[in-house]
Amino acid sequence: MFSRPLLRFVRDDRQIHFMRGRHAGLIVSALLSIASVVLFLTPGLNLGLDFRGGVIVETHSPTAEDPAHMRAVLKAGQINAASVQSFGSPQDVRIAINLPRGGEDEHVTQKLVDHVRAVIVQAIPGVQIQRADAVGGAVSSELFRDGVLALLFSLGMILIYIWFRFEREFALSAVITLVLDLTKTIGFLIVTRFEFDLVMVAALLTILGYSTNDKVVVYDRVRENLRKYRTMPLRELLDLSINETLNRTLGTSMTVFLAALPLALFGGSTLTGFATVMLFGIVVGTSSSIFIAAPLLLLMGQKRLRREG
Amino acid sequence: MLYYSRLRMLGVVGICLISALLCLPNFMKSPSSFLPWHQVHLGLDLRGGSYLLLQLDTKTLQHDRLQSLEGEVRQGLLTAHLGYRNIERDDATASVLVTPRSDSEKDSDRKVLEGLTPSIPGELAVSEKNGQFAISLTPEAIRSRAREAVSRSIEIVRRRIDSTGAIDPSIAREGEDRIVLELPGISDPQRIKTLLGTTARMTFHLVSPDPTHAGPGTTMLPLSEGRGELAVEDRIDVDGANLTDAAATMNEGQWVVELKFDNKGADDFARITTQNVGKPFAIVLDGRILTSPVINGPITAGQGIITGSFTARSASDLALLLRAGALPAPLTVVEQRSIGPSLGAASIHAGIISLIVGFVLVVLFMLLFYGRFGLYADVALFANLVMILAILSLFEATLTLPGMAGILLTLGMAVDANILINERIREEVRNGRKPLQALQAGFQRATSTIIDSNATAFLAHVMLFVFGTGAVRNFALTITIGIVTTLFTTLVLSRMLIVRWYAHKRPQELPV
Repeated sequence: MFSRPLLRFVRDDRQIHFMRGRHAGLIVSALLSIASVVLFLTPGLNLGLDFRGGVIVETHSPTAEDPAHMRAVLKAGQINAASVQSFGSPQDVRIAINLPRGGEDEHVTQKLVDHVRAVIVQAIPGVQIQRADAVGGAVSSELFRDGVLALLFSLGMILIYIWFRFEREFALSAVITLVLDLTKTIGFLIVTRFEFDLVMVAALLTILGYSTNDKVVVYDRVRENLRKYRTMPLRELLDLSINETLNRTLGTSMTVFLAALPLALFGGSTLTGFATVMLFGIVVGTSSSIFIAAPLLLLMGQKRLRREG
Repeated sequence: MLYYSRLRMLGVVGICLISALLCLPNFMKSPSSFLPWHQVHLGLDLRGGSYLLLQLDTKTLQHDRLQSLEGEVRQGLLTAHLGYRNIERDDATASVLVTPRSDSEKDSDRKVLEGLTPSIPGELAVSEKNGQFAISLTPEAIRSRAREAVSRSIEIVRRRIDSTGAIDPSIAREGEDRIVLELPGISDPQRIKTLLGTTARMTFHLVSPDPTHAGPGTTMLPLSEGRGELAVEDRIDVDGANLTDAAATMNEGQWVVELKFDNKGADDFARITTQNVGKPFAIVLDGRILTSPVINGPITAGQGIITGSFTARSASDLALLLRAGALPAPLTVVEQRSIGPSLGAASIHAGIISLIVGFVLVVLFMLLFYGRFGLYADVALFANLVMILAILSLFEATLTLPGMAGILLTLGMAVDANILINERIREEVRNGRKPLQALQAGFQRATSTIIDSNATAFLAHVMLFVFGTGAVRNFALTITIGIVTTLFTTLVLSRMLIVRWYAHKRPQELPV
């Protein structure tokens, strides 16, 4: 039993001419990334509590809870500017209150969360407060700064690492591809309206790491083949390298996909967004290794890596 | 390469077994004598509880110091019989500005100012600009004062929290002026926030002879519960720092707080009560007058009671605060995260279901796509999971929901190494190599790729660990640990399994 593999993605002798689609791939990718940048400017990311600051309270009522009723309860307690939504089960309600305008006063935020809790507990007998978070203005801007720094430093470390391990063309095309991946993922985040918080930064970073990993494997093969086939035109050589690593590329993206899938399905409110973005990132990262990173290498390396071709 | 020394195999198997043993306590109810007892801590998002980030008000700290420095400057100049045109505090530059009376006195002024005693070595710097002296607190001194104040605050916060009966609280410094407080099981931290929001500096003053107007040396202070204000002398007659004990008790059917003073406090208390019989005095807590009783007669026993409109809770809270001591400066809550117990339980459930389903899916995939070698990869994958848990247990690390996600993603990425090795071996076989050479070349060539790809992921997550906070840090931690264990389970364990199988069976063809 389980001696030989039962399934395989692609036959070993199959040669797909990926480089024929290089222009289409680059153009589609560029368009998607430009669209993402436009979306980023307007409407922009849906900032979560971590980065926006404010108050979030999640409640679980003993019976089905109408958000309109909750809104009335809050109104009676002099609490305004709240977004009140059902989420998960009909008994669960999520209340979000933005920071008071221009209010960096931490006391206000902290008093507000206690007040909201008190008002709800008094008005709805048997209600459970599942979550009560309050993040002040100063902290949220620090968290945002740290998140951006983490992203930038990771990107920088990856660049330095690839720069040391590969020639300049490889490093450059890898980083350009990563930036394109990142913009598209952010575009996806904006379209789906998932909240952008620290957990999302973690998702973006994991996608970056995964996507780099994928490029490193393809590039490793390209480098090896450059030494092995000294006269093969670069275009053919890239196709060969992609085909040789195709089963691995698909295999690994599949296992990571399978690992992230249950998180998206059962992970609860904290992880659903995180895992869905991961799934998108895996698809983008895998396809960009083939359709973006390799064509970029062809464009940039035509002269230096191989004269013929 | 087929030969594995007995010692080496024992080593590999031994590491796996030790890891398994280290994991066991997490699945047992009570400690047993034959196991080292280290457990993974569940994060607040899984067990329910509150996370509070407190910020020490360093501005107040600096303001208080400048205020006392101003007094020292006045006193110093007075003692040296020197005049001045103006003395003022400048909080923005952390300095006291002195305008000399005349140019002729400048040199003597400078001598006095430079002769002031710093409270920390190197605290004061004297400079002159436009005929004005500035005595500034040096940035190092400000920082070191803040650091010291945070350490003291942590001590006092710990005492206050401990006496509320909170179970297993964790209190730690964060950065220069912040304190992180984790309170498992307390999902409504309102009482704690109130307790920490009080500086609890208690002082005893005489009430001014003219209680309705502030004059020189007196200040109007509000009465608690908004019953108006009273002018109180600035001079502190008895300081709350001299308390040895405070307790809430019943007195004539009312809740009161009973105080006990140390020797100095008792002496001070005896002196003021003896000298001022029939006059009112004020008990001031954090700038508010708690009560202002009339002194009926000398109190020399070093004991007293505070009456007021106390409830059982407010009396015992005040006693608690007084026992724990005053904070060096106010603390502000700048971030709060509270999770109810049922949401925590639901999150544990979600995490475990996801882990199991994800693990099974990856295991099935490897079996279907890589056959026997896939099975070995699965064995290594299980060992990987066990080792991650073992390392987390060994360091008694915390596990959060994002941390669980990190473990699962690590497992998904870990088999990448096996896939790389298998694909490589398969290629070598297709290139016409004999099984043994194919195995050898496969392992050898895949190894550098595996290290490359893991190194980048490792770097990315170390950055996240450095810059991240809370649950995200935990995610980065589990992935970083996972990358290290992955290198072991794939490059060492699964390789050994494959090689041992080959050495044992010597098949003509490899099952790739």
